[in-house]
Amino acid sequence: MNAGSPASAWMKSRSRVWSEWLAQAQSPARELDVEAAQRHIERYRALARDLATARRLLPGSRATAALEALYVGAHAGIDRSARNTGSTLLRLLRDDIPAIIVSLRPTILWLGLLLFASAGAGWWLISTYPDLIALVASEKMIDGVEHGRLWTEGMLNIAPASILSVRILSNNIVVSLFAFCAGIFLGLGAFYITAVNGLMLGAMFAFTHQFGIDGELLKFVLAHGPVELSVVCIAGAAGTALGESLIRPTAPTRRESFQQAASRMARVLFACALLLIGCGLIEGFISPAPTVSLAARAMIGVGYWLFMLLLLSGRVFARHSKPRSLPG
Amino acid sequence: MRIAGLTGVDVALDIAGAGSRSYAFVIDWHVRLLLALAWFCGAWLLIKLIGLTLSPLEASSRLLARVAVAPALGIYLFYHPVLEVLMRGRTPGKRRAGVRIVTRNGGTPGLNALLIRNLFRLVDSLPFFYVVGLASCFITEQRVRIGDLAAGTLLVLDSDAAAKTLAQLGSMVAHSGLAPALVELIHDLLERWTSLETGKRDELARSILARLDSAAPAAQLAALSDAELSQRLHQLLETGRIDRA
Repeated sequence: MNAGSPASAWMKSRSRVWSEWLAQAQSPARELDVEAAQRHIERYRALARDLATARRLLPGSRATAALEALYVGAHAGIDRSARNTGSTLLRLLRDDIPAIIVSLRPTILWLGLLLFASAGAGWWLISTYPDLIALVASEKMIDGVEHGRLWTEGMLNIAPASILSVRILSNNIVVSLFAFCAGIFLGLGAFYITAVNGLMLGAMFAFTHQFGIDGELLKFVLAHGPVELSVVCIAGAAGTALGESLIRPTAPTRRESFQQAASRMARVLFACALLLIGCGLIEGFISPAPTVSLAARAMIGVGYWLFMLLLLSGRVFARHSKPRSLPG
Repeated sequence: MRIAGLTGVDVALDIAGAGSRSYAFVIDWHVRLLLALAWFCGAWLLIKLIGLTLSPLEASSRLLARVAVAPALGIYLFYHPVLEVLMRGRTPGKRRAGVRIVTRNGGTPGLNALLIRNLFRLVDSLPFFYVVGLASCFITEQRVRIGDLAAGTLLVLDSDAAAKTLAQLGSMVAHSGLAPALVELIHDLLERWTSLETGKRDELARSILARLDSAAPAAQLAALSDAELSQRLHQLLETGRIDRA
């Protein structure tokens, strides 16, 4: 190839433009106005033209490789979704999550049943073989209950309510996220986590019942328990849907099916996390407080559970349609 | 992996392997650990300095938990999701390792995809040291971990040097008047000059100079030192001429 070849002439003619691109690449703008965005698109088109020319005139060259890398970068800069957090969030809570919950309703009910069945099994197990409590409770907890003291007593003396809430809600959120992610094991992981939660609940009630303080435990869980357990079932149901997407793919490949299911179902976790933050606050501030009466706890528990139903059905953020007045 | 561009010109994405991925992760792990430790130590020192330790032990430990421990944990745990969203698929470690997260179309992943990708770290990190994630990288065709499978993302090689290389090559061709292939050859040689053995690079430089300047006596070329050869090649790229003086 000599210096007077079309490749040389072309590279000479583009040299100035490429220097401009270098200057732009070194100081990229974070937010583009309309004119800058149009220039960006023009640059992308120019890059595509240059790349096509380079592939013809200089196949396998470094210039072609550099143009390809620039083209990939420009493509990523253009092919991205718009950021509109407010409306996305509203659509998520008003439309997306309720639609997903409707599709998950049968699975949620089945998992609720599994949770209760496991709780029953846990109750029976500890009632029949009391020594097995060591599998689900720590030595300190067992010792306390044997002396007629619930482990939740004096929780507020150990840590402030705010710290307690953060610890509880972060732990609950991780359990829910794990119940969802464990769905990748063909849904069995979600079943396992739901069943283990139910088993532990039943076992602890059976154990405290033996020492006559099961009423105290019920009083403790009444305010936050209904929503917390429901959220475990919802996250588990979303995880089960992940497993189902692998067992019975709804897209041409299992990978695509899994990706679609994960993208759709993960939205529910946002609502779960919001609800668990509320649960954590109740569990940190209200549940361990001895001054809150049983009736108040029951009202909070039922009220929060009803709020959960409203949130998941999209009614909290529902459109309020106003009757339109006819013109004229 | 080939993707179709929006203009009809398709292009190949270079998928990053387990090595680049691990390298980026190790850098990020150190960065987030250092940031979290720096916050913790800073807050702890501040509490000490303003004399809050004089108050009862319980109160100071509560303050320490609120001001030092919780934010430090937050930095450590939310480093990846927050930075990946803010830096559009990059983190300091990924930037250093020359990798970037993109969608399967080569686009910039959105918030949902990036959060899902990070959510599945819970599974990828099982049972310890990301064994599941690494196994998935070795098994899958596009060398992705489970988080990438769920989010529909890929980790690709990303070089910031492309624009610089292109501008340099264009400018050299324009100024020297040499053929693009020769410019690339000289550019490559000079770029790798220090990493090549002296004898080998001098031999390559002499053969290029001999091809360009056939009138130059072989003995004169053989007498040029390593530094002089490098200088002549630089001169050639800048002016397109060899000054024998």
